[in-house]
Amino acid sequence: MNALLQHLPVLPIVVPLVAGALLLLVRESRRTVRLGIAFGSLLVQLAAAATLLYLTTDAAADVWVDGIGVYAIGSWPAPFGIVLVIDRLSALMITLAGVVGLATLVYSIAYWDRPAQPFHSLYQLLMMGLNGAFLTGDLFNLFVFFEVLLAASYGLALRGVGALRVRNALHYIAVNLVASVLFLLGIAVIYGTVGTLNMADLLGKVAALAPGERVLFDAGAGLLGVAFLVKAGAWPLNFWLPSTYSVAIAPVAASFAMLTKVGVYAVLRIGTLMSQDDAAASMLPLILYYIGLATLFAGTVGMLATQHLARLVAYSVIMSSGLLLTAIGLGVETVTSPVLFYFATSVLTTAAFFLLTGMTDRTRFGAAPAATVDEPSPGAVSRSASPSYVAFGVRAPDAYGTDDEVGAPIPAAAAFLGLMFVCCVLLVAGLPPLPGFVAKFTLLAAALEGVTTAGEGAVWVLAAGVLGSGFAAIIALARIGIRLFWAGIRRRPRLHVLEAAPVAFLIALCLALSAGSGPAMGFFDAAARSLHEPQTYIRSVLGASGGAAPAAEVPR
Amino acid sequence: MEIVYATAIGVLTGAGVWLILRPRTFQVIMGLALLSYATNLFIFGMGRLKMHRPPIIGAEGGADPALYADPVPQALVLTAIVIGFATTALFLVVLLVLRGVAGTDHVDGREPDA
Repeated sequence: MNALLQHLPVLPIVVPLVAGALLLLVRESRRTVRLGIAFGSLLVQLAAAATLLYLTTDAAADVWVDGIGVYAIGSWPAPFGIVLVIDRLSALMITLAGVVGLATLVYSIAYWDRPAQPFHSLYQLLMMGLNGAFLTGDLFNLFVFFEVLLAASYGLALRGVGALRVRNALHYIAVNLVASVLFLLGIAVIYGTVGTLNMADLLGKVAALAPGERVLFDAGAGLLGVAFLVKAGAWPLNFWLPSTYSVAIAPVAASFAMLTKVGVYAVLRIGTLMSQDDAAASMLPLILYYIGLATLFAGTVGMLATQHLARLVAYSVIMSSGLLLTAIGLGVETVTSPVLFYFATSVLTTAAFFLLTGMTDRTRFGAAPAATVDEPSPGAVSRSASPSYVAFGVRAPDAYGTDDEVGAPIPAAAAFLGLMFVCCVLLVAGLPPLPGFVAKFTLLAAALEGVTTAGEGAVWVLAAGVLGSGFAAIIALARIGIRLFWAGIRRRPRLHVLEAAPVAFLIALCLALSAGSGPAMGFFDAAARSLHEPQTYIRSVLGASGGAAPAAEVPR
Repeated sequence: MEIVYATAIGVLTGAGVWLILRPRTFQVIMGLALLSYATNLFIFGMGRLKMHRPPIIGAEGGADPALYADPVPQALVLTAIVIGFATTALFLVVLLVLRGVAGTDHVDGREPDA
């Protein structure tokens, strides 16, 4: 194993950190250099993520034992030092983050990043936080990376002006600060009872706790769970989500698609690590199941009630979170791989949909930024108030100069938008031939076959929820689609290749996922299997970095 | 000592929660600050309260863990303080911007209808 390969796991964290810092030093006018750094960093991250993904598969079984790579930062052995752990799940996550990040960055340079002082720096830090949260094997480190990505997301959510945007960002920040407090409290209780924060090390020690301490530990885990569920947008902790996501500018909203999934990832990761142990295992899924159902319901009702496309997409984020949590809560092991499939699909879908939203807005408001007046619902956000929008609407895009960042207008732009919209609808609603269908179908099939801890009726309720939410999504999206594309277009939309290409790219990826469902499902199956064998994870983490430390040696 | 410590955390948390639920942005930020103080104290307390115990192994004490305070919660508290300070500062900026843009310090950006 050569040096580069050995240090590969830390690249997705270090590269965006350095790039984000460098971007602060480059003057705004040197746009080519700035874009070079931003894209170079994203491409390196994506390449590293793809390589890591390859290394975790069976094709590269000789590199890492059991497909789990452990990177001990500073070569400190596992329970004492902080480790990065790359298994199939985390490799999948950072690859998804890289793909969405790249697509979003391409989209944003069309003009969204223009009145932009720190856009690119914040964006790199967001990527750093995401990658770090997915890779780390330490609870406190997870908290730190959460804070990194949240701090960057606060800045990104504030882009553009308008009292509404600031107000929603304020709510978003306040909610997440409270969630961070809960996260810290949970970590403190867990450390106080178990004496370690290493995720792998935790598990062995939890089983040895006295009943009194065990109660405390469960309370700590519950606090952590609440913090994760706030991030995941679970009901009733999600009222900030639609408002914040729908007023954020399109590329930022698209990158936030990954943000809610961090919460789901954390629930999945910590939940499966804990589930090996029986006492909490019976309670945890059941609670998740009911929270998930409530979230699914809230998302569905929200989709039906809203009149504004960006808000509708935000509710579809809640809906997909609810679906994932409900499915995880069923406690059927075979459901996990469809859950991962749905996870990947829904990240790509939401990102594409938010990016699309940025373009369809233009067909409605055209050159008259004041046109938001005819949208009196609370979701009617004055996107027109954003300087970037005004800049677009008032000035012709060519006014930005003749550099090739401003592409040629696409002919038949309206047709393209319509086609992409239909694809997104099919994805959200879960209709064939797109992978939303494959994901939901395999999920239901696995749920109906498996033995659940939540009771026989629970599976049927889930089935009704999945089908009902899909149906509601069709109704809501068809209604808004008719308004947007048949009745709403007031002027020919002008699109840029830079904006259209990322959406087409994400949709094409979805199509590829659908066409290659077989191999993809094989990978998700393997990822799910290794998730449900926490012993392998523990052995890799504690064994790989300089000899396993017996539990008794760790000072309390 | 434990009683005093726990009471302090409880008072800070209670005041913090009450302030967070108030309608003015300044009250909210004070509430968040109090909550994060309570959290920091709590993390520190989770390392067990000990008197006259250094957190760093010295020559005279030897390697007996019973003679030392747990250094990990202290490190965690330091990190948490720094992060909490930074996010509070950021929140303060947003608060001022909202005050400037909306012309009111209500958290909803407008006064409730009387």
